[in-house]
Amino acid sequence: MADPVLSIRNLSVEIPTRHGIVRPVDGVSYDIQAGEILGIVGESGAGKSMAGNAVIGLLNPPAHISKGEIWLNGKRIDHLKGDAMRRLRGKEIGMVFQDPLTSLNPLLRIGDQLTETMLTHLPISRIEAEKRAVAALEEVGIPGAAERVNSYPHEFSGGMRQRVVIALALCAEPSLIIADEPTTALDVSVQAQIIALLRLLCRDRGTAVMLITHDMGVIAEATDRVAVMYAGRLAELGPVRDVLTHPQHPYTHGLMASTPIASQGKSRLHQIPGAMPRLDAVPEGCAFNPRCPHATDKCRQAPVPRVSNGQAACWYPLIDEKVI
Amino acid sequence: MLAYIIRRVGQSALVLLIVGLVAFSMFRFVGDPIDNMLGQERTVEDIERLRAQLGLDQPFVVQYYKFLEGAVQGNFGVSYRQGRPVAEILLERAPATLELAMVSGVLAILFGIALGVFTAIRRDGVFANVIMSASLIGVSLPTFLIGILLIYLFSVELGWLPSFGRGETVDLGGWSTGFLTESGLKALILPSITLGLYQMTLIMRLVRSEMLEVLRQDYIRFARARGLRDRAVNFRHALKNTMVPVITVIGLQLGAIIAFAIITETVFQWPGVGLLFINAIQFVDIPVMAAYLMLISVMFVGINLLVDILYFFIDPRLRADRSGGH
Repeated sequence: MADPVLSIRNLSVEIPTRHGIVRPVDGVSYDIQAGEILGIVGESGAGKSMAGNAVIGLLNPPAHISKGEIWLNGKRIDHLKGDAMRRLRGKEIGMVFQDPLTSLNPLLRIGDQLTETMLTHLPISRIEAEKRAVAALEEVGIPGAAERVNSYPHEFSGGMRQRVVIALALCAEPSLIIADEPTTALDVSVQAQIIALLRLLCRDRGTAVMLITHDMGVIAEATDRVAVMYAGRLAELGPVRDVLTHPQHPYTHGLMASTPIASQGKSRLHQIPGAMPRLDAVPEGCAFNPRCPHATDKCRQAPVPRVSNGQAACWYPLIDEKVI
Repeated sequence: MLAYIIRRVGQSALVLLIVGLVAFSMFRFVGDPIDNMLGQERTVEDIERLRAQLGLDQPFVVQYYKFLEGAVQGNFGVSYRQGRPVAEILLERAPATLELAMVSGVLAILFGIALGVFTAIRRDGVFANVIMSASLIGVSLPTFLIGILLIYLFSVELGWLPSFGRGETVDLGGWSTGFLTESGLKALILPSITLGLYQMTLIMRLVRSEMLEVLRQDYIRFARARGLRDRAVNFRHALKNTMVPVITVIGLQLGAIIAFAIITETVFQWPGVGLLFINAIQFVDIPVMAAYLMLISVMFVGINLLVDILYFFIDPRLRADRSGGH
């Protein structure tokens, strides 16, 4: 297999607080290949977004990378600072945010926002950038792109704005896109369009995508592989079909069982008992042990094995157990 | 947009009409100027003649109409004290006040915005914190005290700058300017600092807090995530969004600078309209007072009108009168 576009090795992010150090990302490793969409799924506070922010170098201080390595196209980037990191943002790594209503500057024409991004990173003239801005809008499916470049964000609907945001994230042709809950703020009917668009564009260009979401539907629809996060750690990592239909980690299993399926009518929805631990009170051993139906003393004491592809971070992975 | 401007101009005219009524009612209710103008040795004929000459013998409505008619043409009657047309006196004095207000306003806006942006971007820096603490002085000390302190330091102790007056002026077709002589420029320094300091600190603190708010927004984060340079993020993306609320306040403050000039002009014996107004109060020189009131309100209303129109150029969402986006 070719070198991965993004390779995260044993990454930890720490935030010093008054109650000691919390670790929202704790020893996470995964790779993303060119043209591959890796889904990162988990509850709020599981560290999904924090890992994405660490990759693009936008952690809010005092949060910082405390351990591990981030490699992008064979270059190590976790220690880059200031201007060196800024040059990567937009150029090598694009980012799509959750809420398209607030991600665009309301006072600047979208064409200007596109051209300024391209002129910052690419050695092209303003006229060329303006041409490419129209092309970029056409590519993300905005009708009448030639006139719409002169529009302001408030003149677009939510779904159209997210298309603009995607155009902005892709306009300098990065090799990696981090999409942080890109469809959460959108109507369900628009969600599918945006996901399809993201998939299409990344397939065409061979862009690697880190798709952060808590929506299992989006994961099933869009991703090639999926990483399940729990309390800052990777619970399970594998091809999306395997993880969704044959989850090995009890948490993934519980998560899948909790996803409502419309065709099954009004049966009572499964719940995982308890709640994810607060980051300053992660239990010894496996973080999931207090909620796990299969937990033993070993789970409560020994740190769980680290995950590689197709594995779960569990002493007793569920083998061939069908969901429900 | 045209309809909006017409509506705003109409509102402005209404405000001026009401201020005109207030200004005019001073003629009716603030003492009898005839007493002041004629000495002890007066006859009934003298009084009647002067009353008729000033139009004070006519009914209220007629007097108000005449006042408005005159005011629109720039004719505010004759000063009771100096016996000359008020408009002539005001025109003579206006350059001094306008030049002072202009320099103060420019200083306040330039330094206010620059320091506000600086203290917002370097929020935790030592120098930014020093500026923030020092700005409390500017907000809390009264204008006259600042003026007196400056005079004490730079005129009395150091002897660098004049303590009163506007120095030599050059007459440019009826506009006497202090910009063209060294003594005129020197004389401007202390009064303009005194007058502009409060507005500067106010603008600075407002810009800082608005900017900090804007820097937290998603679109700033997105701009950073696209790798834009700090300069572009701070000035192109953040400052422009900061300016919308700031411009409103700057507009009001520019009006306040002209109005507050009264105090500064008194402290520095600056021969402008503010000093004229103070003197007019002492002599119950009602035409001068009324004209001053009208002049100030015209400026206030005019500046506010400009600010409202300026919004259109800064915020595209206001221009969307057809789609009704917001």
